[in-house]
Amino acid sequence: MYKNFLRYIISALFLLGLSVQANADFKVGFVYVGPTGDHGWTYQHDEGRKAVEAAGIKTTYVESVPEGADAERVIRQLAQSGHDLIFTTSFGYMDPTNKVAKDFPNVKFEHATGYKREHSNVSTYSARFYEGRTLLGHMAGKMTKTNVIGYIASFPIPEVIRGINAMTLAAQKVNPDIKTKIVWVFTWYDPGKESEAAQALIDQGADIIMQHTDSTAPVQVAEKAGVWSFGQASDMQRFAPKSILTSIIDDWAPYYVERSIAARDGTWKQQDTWHGLKEGMVAMAPYNSAMGSDLVKEVEQLQKDLASGKTHSFTGPIYDQKGNILVAEGSVADDGMLAGMNVYVKGVEGDIPQ
Amino acid sequence: MIKIEKRNDVTPSIYFLTPILAIFLTLFGGGIIFYVLGFNPIEALKFFFITPISDLYGFSELLVKATPLCLIAIGLSFCFKSNNWNIGAEGQLIFGGIVGGGVALLFYGHDGFYVLPIIILSGAIGGMIFAMIPAVLKTYFNTNEILVSLMLVYVAKLLLDYLVVGPWSNPEGFNFPETRQFSESARMPILFDGLRIHAGIFITLITVFLSWLILYKTYLGFQIKVSGLSLKTAKYAGYKGKTMIIIVFMISGACAGLAGVGEITGPIGQLHRNISPDYGFTAIIVAFLGRLNPVGIIFASLVVALTYLGAETAQIFLQIPKYTGQVFQGMILFFLLGSDYLLFFKIKFLGLKKNEL
Repeated sequence: MYKNFLRYIISALFLLGLSVQANADFKVGFVYVGPTGDHGWTYQHDEGRKAVEAAGIKTTYVESVPEGADAERVIRQLAQSGHDLIFTTSFGYMDPTNKVAKDFPNVKFEHATGYKREHSNVSTYSARFYEGRTLLGHMAGKMTKTNVIGYIASFPIPEVIRGINAMTLAAQKVNPDIKTKIVWVFTWYDPGKESEAAQALIDQGADIIMQHTDSTAPVQVAEKAGVWSFGQASDMQRFAPKSILTSIIDDWAPYYVERSIAARDGTWKQQDTWHGLKEGMVAMAPYNSAMGSDLVKEVEQLQKDLASGKTHSFTGPIYDQKGNILVAEGSVADDGMLAGMNVYVKGVEGDIPQ
Repeated sequence: MIKIEKRNDVTPSIYFLTPILAIFLTLFGGGIIFYVLGFNPIEALKFFFITPISDLYGFSELLVKATPLCLIAIGLSFCFKSNNWNIGAEGQLIFGGIVGGGVALLFYGHDGFYVLPIIILSGAIGGMIFAMIPAVLKTYFNTNEILVSLMLVYVAKLLLDYLVVGPWSNPEGFNFPETRQFSESARMPILFDGLRIHAGIFITLITVFLSWLILYKTYLGFQIKVSGLSLKTAKYAGYKGKTMIIIVFMISGACAGLAGVGEITGPIGQLHRNISPDYGFTAIIVAFLGRLNPVGIIFASLVVALTYLGAETAQIFLQIPKYTGQVFQGMILFFLLGSDYLLFFKIKFLGLKKNEL
């Protein structure tokens, strides 16, 4: 009896929330894992949010939401307070997003970098960052003198391993002698750890530093040591003007605007998006002229070819570290293989941490 | 000349009223900050402290958030009352979570009423063992428990990192740093459909009652209080100091371990790197705000939990940066310590005397 009574109250509250939401203006909510001022991952998502705002749609965000027990409450609060579309922008929000989506069938959810779409109102999206890594590999292979490329990696998930492999393959194509050295830091954002890793790689002879982490620390260390570097997530040129050859930019703005307008106009449908250079979700910052105009032209051509599909980052023959064939000559890796990639290609040093 | 004199006339009622005064001063100070930032202070405070708990869901979330804070703070009160500075509750929470989570993974796929109690018990034991490290080092090697307990937090964090990345990571999880979702039998029962409030709250309430019993009705509690007031008296009375130090650390660690296991079997449901948003450190504020008193700590944990929830709603509705929540926690502690000082000491402003010049 008592329990039933509570149920009525709760469902009444939910209904109240839904009816308020139907009448109110269309609103889009964003959940960020870091502060908007991190100059990396969250910063770029917030740039995307600003583009939605500029398109005339109201937005709200909550920053620094831990990926633990708090995420579900924040997502639910956004849903309850009349947000019609909610972007949850970190992998750790995957289960909470799906859980809240179940209780709010009229609200649309978009989860970045995840793979679970348990309800029809949940979409997932990510970017083909590896295409940018191919360009980085080409430049690295041409620019290195020591033939050692230093790579700071976050977690051994397919996305990160894909980047390492794409870079190594492209570098080998222009310079068969290169070796990729990796330091795993097991964090997305820790300037201290990232600096130490960059320094360790430079000490081991790397004269190119790149990273799959979010802070600007690695490029700053590279600038001081006088080696080449690449920015990650956003254009980090001003943090290391001499050292940076280019940055891979995550440009979420076009996607966020498109999906927000679709949701507002009622044309939103569940999908799994994986956009790259072609759609502009992956973009490149201006190339550093220090690498010479010939190389710049080469890279620009490669960028066009990757965007048009003429070239693919994973074109066979590709071998793993032991020499077994992964992708046969003449074919390219399919998306399924890319999504679950968990082996290094030949030329990468060390083992994937298990 | 300013002269500071100790007051001898502090009554218990004033002693317990000052935390409330500190909360009001914090509201006032917060209002000023909101005003300076360009928000209507009344409206901002309303979104901060009233909106989050204006419905059943919000109220349940408040309890979900307060549960671990209250539990840890209760444990810490044993340490702090007896002058043992356990700063590492966060590490004890994480270690309890690791042990409890390990057992939960061991029982993956098992059904049975016994699964959850075993997990909870092992989590408490895990936290207890982890807290005994600084206690034993202090009693037998005279190390500083503040440093040891604090540094062990990082040990626990790195151990958790290692486990969720490597040996315990979800085999179907694409190498993401997290374990499997625990089986249903390893989860805290949810009390009401649609809400997240779980059976962990009963563990907290039982712990509060037991600690009240121990602190105020037993010989051990008396020893703890005496040692806190005067170590020399305690020694003179012949209390076994070493045993007591280890016991208070064990109690404190067990409470933190319970909080950790409550989080992973409650709202989280698996192990990953972020099982606690620094509950172990925030609980220190809760313990002092609650005057190290079991009932006081209940109220203090609710107030501090509200600052977390309020920071979220304030950002959603007014776009006030979320870090204001931490500013509020800081202000509460600041005003509490400030009013404590004025409570225990009198400041006399004296004119300058000629012979002093």
